[in-house]
Amino acid sequence: MTERTAQDISINSIELSVDGVRVRVAPGATVAAAVLTVDARTRTSVSGEPRAPLCGMGICFECQVGIDGVPYQRSCQILCSPGMRVTTCGEPSLP
Amino acid sequence: MKKDFDILVVGAGPAGIAAAIAAAENGLRVGVVDDSPSPGGQIWRRGTQPPTAARRWNDRFEAAAVVRMMGWRVIDCLRLTPEGGILRAECNTPGVQPADLHFRHLILATGARERFLPFPGWTLPNVMGAGGLDAMVRGGLPIEGKRVVIAGTGPLLLAVAAQLTAHGASVVAICEQASLAQMAPLALALLRQPGKLLQGAKYRWATRKTPFFTRCWPAAALAEPNPGPGSENEPQPRLQAVTLHREGKQWTVACDYLACGFHLVPNTELASLLGSRIQDGFVVTDQQMRTSIPAVWCAGEPTGIGGVDASLLEGRIAGLSAAGKTEAARALSKRRPGMQAFARALERACRLDPRLRELADDQTIVCRCEDVRMAALRGRSGWRDAKLHTRCGMGPCQGRVCGGAAEFLFGWSAGHAHPPLYPARVSSLMEEAEEEAMAASSSHPAIEPE
Ligand SMILES: Cc1cc2nc3c(=O)[nH]c(=O)nc-3n(C[C@H](O)[C@H](O)[C@H](O)COP(=O)(O)OP(=O)(O)OC[C@H]3O[C@@H](n4cnc5c(N)ncnc54)[C@H](O)[C@@H]3O)c2cc1C
Ligand code: FES
Repeated sequence: MTERTAQDISINSIELSVDGVRVRVAPGATVAAAVLTVDARTRTSVSGEPRAPLCGMGICFECQVGIDGVPYQRSCQILCSPGMRVTTCGEPSLP
Repeated sequence: MKKDFDILVVGAGPAGIAAAIAAAENGLRVGVVDDSPSPGGQIWRRGTQPPTAARRWNDRFEAAAVVRMMGWRVIDCLRLTPEGGILRAECNTPGVQPADLHFRHLILATGARERFLPFPGWTLPNVMGAGGLDAMVRGGLPIEGKRVVIAGTGPLLLAVAAQLTAHGASVVAICEQASLAQMAPLALALLRQPGKLLQGAKYRWATRKTPFFTRCWPAAALAEPNPGPGSENEPQPRLQAVTLHREGKQWTVACDYLACGFHLVPNTELASLLGSRIQDGFVVTDQQMRTSIPAVWCAGEPTGIGGVDASLLEGRIAGLSAAGKTEAARALSKRRPGMQAFARALERACRLDPRLRELADDQTIVCRCEDVRMAALRGRSGWRDAKLHTRCGMGPCQGRVCGGAAEFLFGWSAGHAHPPLYPARVSSLMEEAEEEAMAASSSHPAIEPE
């Protein structure tokens, strides 16, 4: 992870994990943005392509990830909260 | 969970907010339900920054006696009669029970989505909608110093370019598929709306360092060469550059993001499910924004893509009319024709160049949920035939992405919407079946099969 300044940390006051990597985001950030911040993909398509968010408004379902063990959540419509555990494509908690 | 409202509004964008305020200020019990985590719709999306635009509307909405259900999506209609009905909504937070929203009057303010067109490479990570990338950045994606190509059609491109530039992005090109001649009448229509014209000029000034190409579109999005199979941490392919096409010439531009949207497609699924009349893709209403179904109004982009002012006006009319303030609604509706003229001019300006139909090659994926490629769709007789034989449009987005493309590519229209409108949890569907069995009556809306 990149170094962050103290000021960053005070603004980015929410800490969560994406595939085990710790991320800090500002209040109001979406899970999709947090996932893209660590440069992860969100899901793997039926023919095995990596995919990432497309629409940003809840209609395309490309941003689906697992959140706290619940699979298939549209990460663009869900805000980050402290301690959230996000798992992207290929992670074992997704059935 | 059961909730009871005089007026239920679906959608908390400008149209839904204006409708809810108008109805609540007339003393009615109003509920607003929206899939997004916070109100504002597409244009006033909140994200990590405090709302700056439209503070007045925001404050009025916060102050209004309205039950706000943010992060809830309407998935079905359980009952609909001229006296009212019940919508079923699911919460985006896992574990929360579904809600049955009872209403006397219903206002649909479901907005619009971007139209996406398939071209080689458009499924690569970091290729997004124009509004899509804007939403990601408002939602906290760091964009400072990133190189962005913005492409597609419509005034949204310039708005997004200005917004991303303000966030420190380096917008390297704006590519508008329409010609200058095609867009000129829009500029004329804008002369009658100086506010919009000024806004456009401000956007262009903010992006003055970025070349703006007309008749230009992405021919392909290119991936970083994949180093091949190897370690577990094998880097995934990701966007590296975009090949642009303009008047027979092609060139390649390096970029980190491609933001590409071809104007907007109205969200008419719920209106269609209720059986409301839809013509040329838009929900038909009278001057009071009443649909063809008693007890159901519709406002904002499902009735025509006219921008934020049209959505606000229609929302107020619908709210007043549903609250029984027919005279006030009628007075306001006198301002609609000018707005509708603008919407028509906008539609003409954004008409898609037929050559865009040739962007996708046989191997290009059209339906991203089911990975259906162009070759499989050629020769299908229509949307239903394609669905049955290729699973196109059968995935979780239910054709919201590929439907808009297929409409342009093949002239297919999507037909009637079916419940559930979004993939629903099994528990919710089972409960619904019980409810339906109990309510089994002629009052259920007649939904014609495709
Ligand atoms: C990034 C961006 C910038 C824009 N900038 C401008 C601009 O500068 N000027 C301008 O005039 N226009 C702009 N627009 C166009 C803009 O979409 C409209 O002006 C305005 O937002 C339309 O308002 P609306 O209320 O009709 O729809 P929307 O704002 O789209 O709101 C509809 C709401 O309904 C909700 N919804 C839909 N279906 C359901 C369901 N089944 N259950 C629950 N909720 C549902 C959606 O989540 C959404 O929040 C912009 C659009 C985008 C995407
Ligand atoms: S990015 Fe399209 S649904 Fe989330």
